[in-house]
Amino acid sequence: MELPFLTIREVSESIKKKEISPVEITQAILERIGEVDGKLNSYITVLADQAIQFAKEAEKLISSGTYIGPLHGVPIGLKDIFCMKGVRTTCGSKILENFISPYDATVTRKLKDAGAVIVGKNNMDEFAMGSSTENSYFGPTRNPWDLERVPGGSSGGSAAAVSASLCFGSIGTDTGGSIRQPATLCGLVGLKPTYGRVSRFGMIAFASSLDQGGPLTKTVEDTALMLNIIAGNDSRDSTSVNSPVPDYTSCLNDGIKGVKVGVPREYFIKGIDTEVEEAVKRAIALVEDLGGVVEEISLPHTKHAVSAYYLLAPSEASSNLARYDGVKYGFRVYDAENLRDMYFKTRAEGFGREVKRRIMIGTYALSSGYYDAYYLKAQRVRTLIKKDFEDAFKKVDVIMTPTSPEPAFKIGEKTDDPLKMYLSDIFTIPCNLAGLPGISIPCGFTSTGLPIGLQILGKPFDEETLLRVAHNYEIHTNWKEKRPPI
Amino acid sequence: MRISKYTVRHVAELARLEFKEEELEKFAEQLGNILEHIEELNELDTSNVEPTFHVLDLSTPLREDVVEPWLNADEALENAPQREEDFFAVPKVIED
Repeated sequence: MELPFLTIREVSESIKKKEISPVEITQAILERIGEVDGKLNSYITVLADQAIQFAKEAEKLISSGTYIGPLHGVPIGLKDIFCMKGVRTTCGSKILENFISPYDATVTRKLKDAGAVIVGKNNMDEFAMGSSTENSYFGPTRNPWDLERVPGGSSGGSAAAVSASLCFGSIGTDTGGSIRQPATLCGLVGLKPTYGRVSRFGMIAFASSLDQGGPLTKTVEDTALMLNIIAGNDSRDSTSVNSPVPDYTSCLNDGIKGVKVGVPREYFIKGIDTEVEEAVKRAIALVEDLGGVVEEISLPHTKHAVSAYYLLAPSEASSNLARYDGVKYGFRVYDAENLRDMYFKTRAEGFGREVKRRIMIGTYALSSGYYDAYYLKAQRVRTLIKKDFEDAFKKVDVIMTPTSPEPAFKIGEKTDDPLKMYLSDIFTIPCNLAGLPGISIPCGFTSTGLPIGLQILGKPFDEETLLRVAHNYEIHTNWKEKRPPI
Repeated sequence: MRISKYTVRHVAELARLEFKEEELEKFAEQLGNILEHIEELNELDTSNVEPTFHVLDLSTPLREDVVEPWLNADEALENAPQREEDFFAVPKVIED
């Protein structure tokens, strides 16, 4: 069965020409999920009946001559952080194990309106806190390239599912690298849009000033197609920005002659895997051959980004997660003596270890006597990191770095050492702190066959340049031809 | 950096979390390690740097004050662990 291995663009062309029907393609994907996902655990919930129903409606519309657009009838996945009406939305947590969302997230609604067939909710680190998808209450997801290894995180279920062709694309979220790092570890394209480009309404909050939703797909063009659908202003999210949404596919094929590429020396540090470093440098050399003008730049505060992030994100999380108190929805412990006791017992049993750890860090950083030394200090450092980028973007159009300092690591390798796990986000975090768009694209494989990723960062709301540079690189390489052995 | 069990217990109280005795030990050690790493921020002199709470220049958008349909009471209460009529029911708040 070859259908699941197509790209969104390919399957979409065939649906449009009525060579494949949405029901047929949805069945093919559901069958493959049935065959393969027992090994991967990339879905928390598979929506088989609903997906077939939706595909039938798409088929009816298309055969009657109403074709909505490129996602019409295309099976896709959705990280289980996006609310979907009438469907269990868990955020990877026991505390939301039985939560049935009464409404659609804006991203969910836009995908439905575009005719996309949502086949299931993808696994994730609990509340998107993690870099390996090992923190899911529903068990870890495995990497399709090597089942002993992690798919990255927190959008690891989305990455594993797309990589193993259990959907054609998935929407993940990225707070400190949670789209780009799993995309890299699973050999995919993953885009974190500019903060404010995609509505966060109905996307369960982790760190509100950093969270942003975006696509994980097999190709850059597929990412552009999905971004076309999910981007835009939303009256229900006051931080979504009211600027026009261009057609992100329209300039992909323009060349990149004269595009200025900055390579920050702080991202090529001791400790980075040598095969990763070599692959990324080869990728930058190819971009130069294609007409890019490469220069070394400096982002001097890079090394402080992880520390600032691991104060700010947990602080925002400790506040956001105060709402899980067993009163209005979600898990509750019933044998409590009184209300206060119920809060403690519900939260102690409902949250997993990493979530508690982050709530503790955040509560500590915000608590009286420590606020200035930790929280405020981190916000000041954030200004310095942002300014580094502002200065750099006066000289260059895009910045190229490795996405992750190493390829996929072994399951269990870092679970006992939170700090070691936090450092796997070292190259993705600065972009979130500055609110910039960033994309990761495949740029090679290690000698043992694990994918390596190139990260490209851009100016705020300049996703078009990012996608154009990424696409130009992609069409001159053949990394995307290689499939995981599963 | 050392974080005492007493501090961990105090922060847990603020966060409405509770830990078993052996968990407290482990948390104290892990939080200490994380905070020790974070101490490196003190290398930077930030006395003249404004904090960035948010990357966007936020303003509060206003709209006309017209009613828009949203969840009704039943839908809003659908996920309630315990419901009484149109209310969320909780255990006793005030002690006898």
